[in-house]
Amino acid sequence: MQAAIILFPGSNREQDVHDALRRATGKEPLKIWHRDSDLPKADLIVIPGGFSYGDYLRCGAMAAHSPIMREVKARAEAGTPVLGICNGFQIVTEAGLLPGVLLTNKTLRFHCKDVHLRVETSQSIYTRRYNAGQVIRVPVAHHDGNYFADDATLDRLEGEGLVAFRYCGADGEIDGEANANGSARAIAGILNEKRNVLGLMPHPEDATDALLGSTDGQGFFASLAEALA
Amino acid sequence: MSPDTGADAAATLDQARQFGLSDDEFKRACRIMGRMPNFTELGIFSVMWSEHCSYKSSKVWLKKLPTTGKRVICGPGENAGVIDIGDGDAAIFKMESHNHPSFIEPYQGAATGVGGILRDVFTMGARPIANLNALRFGSPDHPKTRHLIDGVVRGIGGYGNCVGVPTVGGECNFHPSYNGNILVNAMTVGLARADRIFYSAAAGPGNPVIYVGAKTGRDGIHGATMASAEFSEDSESKRPTVQVGDPFTEKLLIEACLELMESDAIVAIQDMGAAGLTSSSVEMAGKGGLGIELALDQVPTRETAMSPYEIMLSESQERMLMILKPERAELARRVFEKWELDFAVIGRVTDSGRLVLTMHGRTVADMPVGPLVTEAPLYERPWQPSPALPELAAKSIETREPIAALKQLIACPDLASKRWIWEQYDHLVMGHTVQRPGGDAAVVRLPGRKKALALATDCTPRYCAADPKRGGTQAVAENWRNLTAVGATPLAITDNMNFGNPERPEIMGQFAESIEGMREACLALDYPVVSGNVSLYNETNGSGILPTPAIGGVGLIDDAANAMSLAFKREGEIVVVIGETKGWIGQSLYLRELLGREEGAPPPVDLEAERRNGDFVRAQILAGAVTACHDVSDGGLLVALAEMAMAGGIGATLTAPQDRPAHGFWFGEDQARYVVTCRALDALLQAAQKADVPARVVGKTGGAALTLAEGNAISVAELKRLNEAWLPAYMAQ
Repeated sequence: MQAAIILFPGSNREQDVHDALRRATGKEPLKIWHRDSDLPKADLIVIPGGFSYGDYLRCGAMAAHSPIMREVKARAEAGTPVLGICNGFQIVTEAGLLPGVLLTNKTLRFHCKDVHLRVETSQSIYTRRYNAGQVIRVPVAHHDGNYFADDATLDRLEGEGLVAFRYCGADGEIDGEANANGSARAIAGILNEKRNVLGLMPHPEDATDALLGSTDGQGFFASLAEALA
Repeated sequence: MSPDTGADAAATLDQARQFGLSDDEFKRACRIMGRMPNFTELGIFSVMWSEHCSYKSSKVWLKKLPTTGKRVICGPGENAGVIDIGDGDAAIFKMESHNHPSFIEPYQGAATGVGGILRDVFTMGARPIANLNALRFGSPDHPKTRHLIDGVVRGIGGYGNCVGVPTVGGECNFHPSYNGNILVNAMTVGLARADRIFYSAAAGPGNPVIYVGAKTGRDGIHGATMASAEFSEDSESKRPTVQVGDPFTEKLLIEACLELMESDAIVAIQDMGAAGLTSSSVEMAGKGGLGIELALDQVPTRETAMSPYEIMLSESQERMLMILKPERAELARRVFEKWELDFAVIGRVTDSGRLVLTMHGRTVADMPVGPLVTEAPLYERPWQPSPALPELAAKSIETREPIAALKQLIACPDLASKRWIWEQYDHLVMGHTVQRPGGDAAVVRLPGRKKALALATDCTPRYCAADPKRGGTQAVAENWRNLTAVGATPLAITDNMNFGNPERPEIMGQFAESIEGMREACLALDYPVVSGNVSLYNETNGSGILPTPAIGGVGLIDDAANAMSLAFKREGEIVVVIGETKGWIGQSLYLRELLGREEGAPPPVDLEAERRNGDFVRAQILAGAVTACHDVSDGGLLVALAEMAMAGGIGATLTAPQDRPAHGFWFGEDQARYVVTCRALDALLQAAQKADVPARVVGKTGGAALTLAEGNAISVAELKRLNEAWLPAYMAQ
């Protein structure tokens, strides 16, 4: 599986996802500078975390209008898997690849800590190695991860099984404390209708090494390695 | 005084005084020039000779610190210190203060403190891999404290999170002496190849001088001078001297510089920190024994009609000065254009030994570089020793029931959990944080390698105030102990000397004695100082801070998998205190928090015992003989045990000896101690005896509470609640 990681000025978690992908697939992911006009053929396009363009406008809004995103959108529509993590999730929503928007955390503060996530569907190339309902522990690190969409959109996401992850307690229960950033219906990650685009705020790439505290993110990359082999 | 005052007009004594120069210093400047300096030249003298840039009061003392060792590649004097960490790798690190700006404008002051220290490290060719900080705030009751904490934490997070360097550790405490003058000390650690270190000495007359990074504005003009004066009621009016940070540009600057450093284009490089273009150009030329010519009209500016004085003294952030090989200038231009940063040839290196500044073809300053640096004033300021305080016997101190005392201590501002702070810092980005904030030291694995660095910042200012020498020794020793407690071999330190007005003999005495104490500890522990920063005049309206020599230490662990943590791991393990517990109660938190007394001499540090006990503990960790380890410091033994229980979610039953006051045993702050847990007790005790290291069994892990032999107990859950509650509740008020 050949992954391509898109770099914008201000991306900063590209190495984390690079290392996680390499460990899972044994293959070196490509790093593509956003101004390189040609996006090479890739089995997976990743938009990593960071502060693209400093997040000085709305998070992700500048990068979403970068020329390379036209090509990313075309590939996504043609079925290429596109993964947006954290700032990448903000960018793909700003680019219209996923519905909704990421607002400022309800605490108005940056959160960096481990959270529990409930895997809501195993029906995707990103989550097939998990069981639906399984609880995993991975870190978050964001200031603007409060997912928002109108009720009709949220109903549709839930109705079509497009919610991939929700914030929960260690026991899998959804409550206000676990949903620290205030996301609508505790949503941490969603899929598009074709289920090839996933955006999520947490960082499974930082939970793939026992030495660093959790290996619960390994299933995420193992799923991709298996699905896109 | 208007910056528009004709740049060519001779400066006056009045202007010199306003710039913070003494009358003697002004005379010295005139003598060096052989004439009256003009306004721009006077500005350059005043910032180069400010306390902040010249270390004129501290230099004679700093020279006493040991700065060499088999691991030291580059000691103090460059942008940061460099040590050899094996396999061709080097760690580059430094700590620096941003106290005055952070008090005036906490968000930008703290943010630009982080930005500045990052630049000091990547300037030398290192990729920054970790940030730490050491913060001191005033009393929680003071009306400004909450606002200052909020701004400083947001500022540090806002900058560090955006540049994508994890903020992995630090310390934070409170004392009324910081009410009008908080301390914000930021440390950066970077990783470089030992054969690819970049230095700042100019070379090669004719080589182009390049300006890269952000544009120059009118922010921060005379910041270095502001940082070299006391505060008074009108400190708010100094807000325009605080710089504004742009972490996004910094991130681009990091990537662009590191990309260019892969080539052989750079002859010398220096960041523009305090005193901006002035200090960077003068220091580069001075170190190379050369001259430099700058055409100031070529400097990228973000405001119109900036005067030479403003351009030279601006402290706009995210800027670098480089000297390039001429044939590589085009390559360098392409790298910086890729990262959308300004790149301008603004001058050249000369062999004249002079700093010559022109503006639109007209010479606006012409001054000798050498004397500006070597003839900077140097003061041996008068100092007086601090009066010795009496030793307090634990027997003479009122005793409190230990569990009740523990409950109060674990929730006091200095010991309460700082989770609220460090969860606002991205401490995980880069994916190598093996031990997160909240332990004795952070552990950061090196990319692509098994080995890891252990990092910590430490100082106990109340000890330093009571006995500056002992306090200086203790700060170094505790730092060494914290690195040891995670299994690391401590290698070297950076120091951040925060003191009051050096023109007062008692303050100068605190400085001198702290240095002496640090010197003894550094020598005894093989722990040289490789970089540092001095921040004086930390006073408001004539009232000084507690002397605060903050120590930032770097240690090495050969295999990150061997790093030890403080959490109790499982039930039924034996809890052992390494080191002697005499029950030293003077200056303890028990005395202060329970009895309201800040009294007595602080605990002495037996450096031989410190070394012996630490080397023993480290060897036991690496041999796999202990399952948890924590140093015993603020609050004493019972606080250390509570922290281990909270981290592991496991309780313990504990026994104190009957032959001495319980409060001395549980809350005394004797040094050179660790708590460890083990399974094979006999082997550990035998090894301790053989190493001549005191070891005493104090209990066994298990259950959900800390239970004393007398029957008093507190659940681990309750401890956690008390420990975690204070700071979030305080900040929510």
